[in-house]
Amino acid sequence: MSPEDRKYTREHEWAKVEDADAKLVSVGITHFAQDELGDIVYFDLPNVGENVSYMQKMGEVESVKAVSDLFSPVTGRIESVNNELVDHPELVNDDPFDSGWIMRVVLEDLGELDTLMSASEYDEYTGAS
Amino acid sequence: MVPFGGWDMPVQYSGIINEVKAVRTASGIFDVSHMGRLYISGPQAGAFLDRMLTGSATGLRQGRARYCLICNESGGVIDDTIFYRLGDDEYLLIPNAGNRPSVVEWFNQWIESEFSGGVSIDDRTTETGLIALQGSGAAALLDGICTLSGGELPSSLRFFTWGEGDLGSHQVFVGRTGYTGEDGFELSMSNQDAAAVWNALAEAGALPCGLGARDVLRLEAALPLHGHEIDASTSPIEAGLDRFVRREGDYIGQPVLAQQRNDGTERKLVGLTLPGRSAPRAEYPILAAGQEVGRITSGSFSPTLDTSIAMGYVLAGHSESGTTLDVDIRGRTATATVVPLPFYSRS
Repeated sequence: MSPEDRKYTREHEWAKVEDADAKLVSVGITHFAQDELGDIVYFDLPNVGENVSYMQKMGEVESVKAVSDLFSPVTGRIESVNNELVDHPELVNDDPFDSGWIMRVVLEDLGELDTLMSASEYDEYTGAS
Repeated sequence: MVPFGGWDMPVQYSGIINEVKAVRTASGIFDVSHMGRLYISGPQAGAFLDRMLTGSATGLRQGRARYCLICNESGGVIDDTIFYRLGDDEYLLIPNAGNRPSVVEWFNQWIESEFSGGVSIDDRTTETGLIALQGSGAAALLDGICTLSGGELPSSLRFFTWGEGDLGSHQVFVGRTGYTGEDGFELSMSNQDAAAVWNALAEAGALPCGLGARDVLRLEAALPLHGHEIDASTSPIEAGLDRFVRREGDYIGQPVLAQQRNDGTERKLVGLTLPGRSAPRAEYPILAAGQEVGRITSGSFSPTLDTSIAMGYVLAGHSESGTTLDVDIRGRTATATVVPLPFYSRS
């Protein structure tokens, strides 16, 4: 089951509020997504300071078998990216909801998250529940 | 599961990297029942195959196997295949899954026009299973559970020979061949025995491997994949498969291939390595000084070499080992170096 402390997209990204006052959320891909991708070998990560918007391409993830686009689940400015993924992209396979986070974003509007799916909705969407 | 050549195939079991490492260091099993099994027999079977194949069938001794190409009149590759000589007038030919219908149609067309009544094709693909046991530990593993009909162990078979044996209570055809660049065997058995043979191999320690690992392993060993490195508009000479093409012999495509061998070809298949783990994929452009000089045919991160590898066609002037080229990876330019093939060969 997916963690209930965050929201989910149909493109299999998650967004979790880290600091509500600062409107800071962390973003990553779900366990379902990493399982579909298989062994991840490379991330093309966005740059800190860039703006991303909802469902806009924010980077690429490459597994041994295929390349997929990453879409931002939120709109805002990139506060940081997980540089650990440069040398250890497999972190996302091992721990997609925690140490395998991809970037942190300062949102324009925290209310944007209300439009995303809850954990139970997402699990229903992927057939996990 | 993914569709592949008309079959539903598992891409992976425990993960591609894990499966690749198992084959390189121990052993893995692949369900390759999607590959064709064509039994070709009759008084003219050998003469017919000599006409169809770039490798000699009548010159192949009984008990042996050979890799070669099936070409069209322009020297393009209809399919690549391993075939076994089973008897004086009987051969077993293994075409690729997706190409089996076109190979059968092509063969029937030539039988009708030149070998009428002298050759018959028995397609037993769907009556039998085919399991590849591959890896440096494959022979020791198979010796533990299988005995050949003469009482010898499977490890007594030399590479590219075959025998028949018993694995538990199941009869198996044992060919010492493969598609991974590693030692190994391909085992064929009747359908009802296939699951039991698979389970016996897995219980003996072979790791189940999917299509994903098979593709990475064959790429590391620079073995061509039809539809990528070779196809009906690509010749085996361009693909660097000269050694599987007879110089003489009245086989289809021979005049064109002889001329290409003599004159050289406009483009050549090369191996490329790229630093890092992001790999070029099929159809990505290969550039020199900003100009496109070729296209990638296959590419992947190589778990064995821990770098990205690819094969592709480039204009012959850019094919020397050591040449530096650029690859356009979805708008990003990456530097690639031409290297001798294969990327990996077992010691």
